[in-house]
Amino acid sequence: MKQQIRDADDVRIISLSGKITIGAGDVMLREVITESLEAGHTKILLDLAGITAIDSSGIGEMVASYTSAKNRGAQLTLVNLSKKINDILQVTQLITVFDVYSDMDEAIQSFV
Amino acid sequence: MWATLSLESRFESIEIAERALLDLLGEVEVGGDEAYWALTALREAVANAIRHGHHGRPEELVRVDYRVRADHLSITVVDQGDGFDPAVIPDPRDAENLLKPCGRGIFYMRRFMDEVVFRRGPGGGTMVCMNRRLTPRPTKE
Repeated sequence: MKQQIRDADDVRIISLSGKITIGAGDVMLREVITESLEAGHTKILLDLAGITAIDSSGIGEMVASYTSAKNRGAQLTLVNLSKKINDILQVTQLITVFDVYSDMDEAIQSFV
Repeated sequence: MWATLSLESRFESIEIAERALLDLLGEVEVGGDEAYWALTALREAVANAIRHGHHGRPEELVRVDYRVRADHLSITVVDQGDGFDPAVIPDPRDAENLLKPCGRGIFYMRRFMDEVVFRRGPGGGTMVCMNRRLTPRPTKE
């Protein structure tokens, strides 16, 4: 998995590409979210446009990241999900947990 | 068409198992969504064998058997672990499980394959047999 990080005002945008799978991308996802939270970011946007595959470990890390953010008073939002990743979140009903957007500008504006 | 792999219990082995399945499905011209969801189920089964069956002990082997026809895929994954009772696996969609970071792998396997059966493996570990119908490609004129 590869990552690109940029900030749009106070929104930290983390763009991921490749696979979020066990033993590789899942660990990297945990690290990048932890680093952002420890740096004090409270508005974190995960851009999943470049993600080609995700497994249950990757989904688990996304859930853990969501919980970590919430516990610190931060907000984790998802944008640019492929249909397959959307399907994976749908079948486990996690789509009801995450704030999900299909448009980057709209996602950035969603943070209050 | 068939293939059998014996893989070390390393997460890198998952890629090898995936590659083999992709090659076999390519032989019967199956790709797209069918291949994607079959790969997802395979990944979960092999990851479970490595993580839960062998607890990361690389010397223990994961065996993967593939049987592929134009209209049917069968995958069997066998580990050398202690086995488990699939009946006690909770539903990850239940409210109390929704925010748990683990416990979705078997659910995905069952969701993306037509049939998933757990048995006791020959060495006492877990044998998971997964089947999925495939859409036969139109015969070329």
